[in-house]
Amino acid sequence: MTDVADPREPYLADFARVEREFHGDDPAWLRETRRKALATFRELGFPTQKHEMWKYTNVAPITRTKFTPAVTIPGNGLPAEKLEPVVFGKFEGSELVFVNGRFSRALSSVRGVADGVRLGSLAEALRERPSEVQPYLAKTARYDANAFTALNTAFLQDGAFIHVPLGRIVEEPVHLLFVSTSRQEPAVAYPRNLFVLEEGAQLTVTESYAGLDAGVYFTNTVTEAAVKGGAVLDHYKLQRESERAFHVATLEIEQGRGTNVSDGSFCLGGGLVRNDVNQRFTAEGGEIAMNGLYSVTGLQHVDNHTRIDHLTPHCTSRELYKGILDGRARGVFYGNIIVHPGAQKTNATQTNKNLLLSKEALVDSIPGLQIYANDVKCKHGTTTGQIDEDSVFYLRSRGIDAETARAILTYAFAREVVDLVRVPAMRATLGVLLLSRLPNSEAVREAL
Amino acid sequence: MALLEVKGLRAKVGDKEILKGVDLTVNVGEVHAIMGPNGSGKSTLANVLAGRLNYEVIGGKVLYEGKDLLAMKPELRAREGLFLAFQYPVEIPGVGNAYFLKSALNSIRRHRGQDELDAMDFMNIVTDKMKLLGLDESFLGRSLNDGFSGGEKKRNEIFQMAVLEPRLAVLDETDSGLDIDALRIVANGVNTMRAKDRAIVVVTHYQRILNYITPDFVHVLVNGRIAKSGGRELALELEKRGYGWVEEEASRAPAVS
Repeated sequence: MTDVADPREPYLADFARVEREFHGDDPAWLRETRRKALATFRELGFPTQKHEMWKYTNVAPITRTKFTPAVTIPGNGLPAEKLEPVVFGKFEGSELVFVNGRFSRALSSVRGVADGVRLGSLAEALRERPSEVQPYLAKTARYDANAFTALNTAFLQDGAFIHVPLGRIVEEPVHLLFVSTSRQEPAVAYPRNLFVLEEGAQLTVTESYAGLDAGVYFTNTVTEAAVKGGAVLDHYKLQRESERAFHVATLEIEQGRGTNVSDGSFCLGGGLVRNDVNQRFTAEGGEIAMNGLYSVTGLQHVDNHTRIDHLTPHCTSRELYKGILDGRARGVFYGNIIVHPGAQKTNATQTNKNLLLSKEALVDSIPGLQIYANDVKCKHGTTTGQIDEDSVFYLRSRGIDAETARAILTYAFAREVVDLVRVPAMRATLGVLLLSRLPNSEAVREAL
Repeated sequence: MALLEVKGLRAKVGDKEILKGVDLTVNVGEVHAIMGPNGSGKSTLANVLAGRLNYEVIGGKVLYEGKDLLAMKPELRAREGLFLAFQYPVEIPGVGNAYFLKSALNSIRRHRGQDELDAMDFMNIVTDKMKLLGLDESFLGRSLNDGFSGGEKKRNEIFQMAVLEPRLAVLDETDSGLDIDALRIVANGVNTMRAKDRAIVVVTHYQRILNYITPDFVHVLVNGRIAKSGGRELALELEKRGYGWVEEEASRAPAVS
């Protein structure tokens, strides 16, 4: 029997090197946070399938691969035209571009941002105005239970930092683009985003993750959003990494009194993907729409874990996740809504629907609702099935060929989630991306 | 040459033989009513003509304009000019009513070697037909039959028929579940479609709709065969006397094919 190397070791060694070479000038509190996170990672280790939260996803392909921290590989220059395939079309707002986890000033543009709004690179903010970041960083995104969040926190260095002050409205959507390029050796990037919305603030932000080639790399990203009283956040994520890439993402949202959050997660790429979305209502009257669409094929594996904590009364959550699985793809939906004691008048719905396009595709759907209050309105449901043959016949009986009919019905299935996106540039891109995966996309476009 | 010639058609659903030798000839310009009690095979006949997959043809043949209809895929039948108005139209969320219909119309036009219509031409065509069926503008933007009332679904079927302009329209119990106002609207839509180069087959359980759509021929389907054929007066007699007497006659003297 050969010795199995401890998969934590390379990460611990990399941390020592990165800390020595890149973190020397960082404030003491930040270095302390990173060390604590690393200690947590060391303690937790990588999850195995014995862990309830990882039952359906084997992370061995990640732990078996040696990834070099992207930050230690020099150069993040990229000609702008390289980005063309992955940027949204026309839009008026700001765009921050990150190449292999690092902010690229040359590729980014900041436009039309109201006074007092901070919008830029987290690394710059930590360097120039650390006191503005300190109260929030790693406060919403807990790293005590998730090894990947702990790792991200240990290695965090750059990402987007957006702070919207009291009552300010960021009119145009802000687009964040994280691109990965192939390196000689597989690299890991740890984008870290922090959004703070003070009372009555309003922000729409999109995160896109894209691979510029078909390389093997690992994106371990964490986004945390602190949404204070009366603030409104629209947040969307589009994941189209290389189909050989690993993508592990955690989004943590904390909502104050009377807040309104809309989240949409669109997962199209990646080889092995895990998305965690965790949200908490910490005061009355909050509302969240938590939506997601995963469309995968081939050997892709995508695991969506969501958790909503109703800690306070009079909050509403509506969750809709849909999956389209083709080829030998594997999908997981795990939803958990917890209505805590005293969270009366909670209104919560959770729906997961899956469309299987091939006999070999597989999905595990585990909806969940735990209710510890007695005056609530909650429901959840899940369906998994194939394309409805009666619908196919109906379309065919009007002259539409069978293949196009199936493509139309597949797109129509996805469309419910796409239509919930309130950013036109993103909605248009999603439409194009989803259509491009279907046969007879011209005919489908005409029918929709 | 007849538009539609059904000869000794036999079909089963699952293990059950429903059609046991149907003979029917329909010429252009004619309106036929096919009536019959529950379970006599009316809907099966309509669905077999349209090419529904879970109906298995086990005997006989169907010629459409002299061609073997049963050998054609459902979409080809539609492109060749056959239209089925569904008894239970399917609700399809996410597919727009208007765009779907434009797509259907253009696939038929392509097949006929006609130019495809752009959005403007299409709107010109549908606006008039919508008025005919009492459908308002919001209807076009809605999802196909999604959340429609029973009456709206049936009107949508006739609206689609009006836009697609088939050679042979088969209406499968389009009258069922309609109140009298909706029935009049639907019947009016059908009557507008009557033409020298088109035939319409009205499948119905009740003769009520025939007060508004006057058929040239009435056939009574009993136990998978056409037991009796006649003119308009046969429908009236059925209304007065019910189906019992035809069933009795049929059991005494099985129709010969």
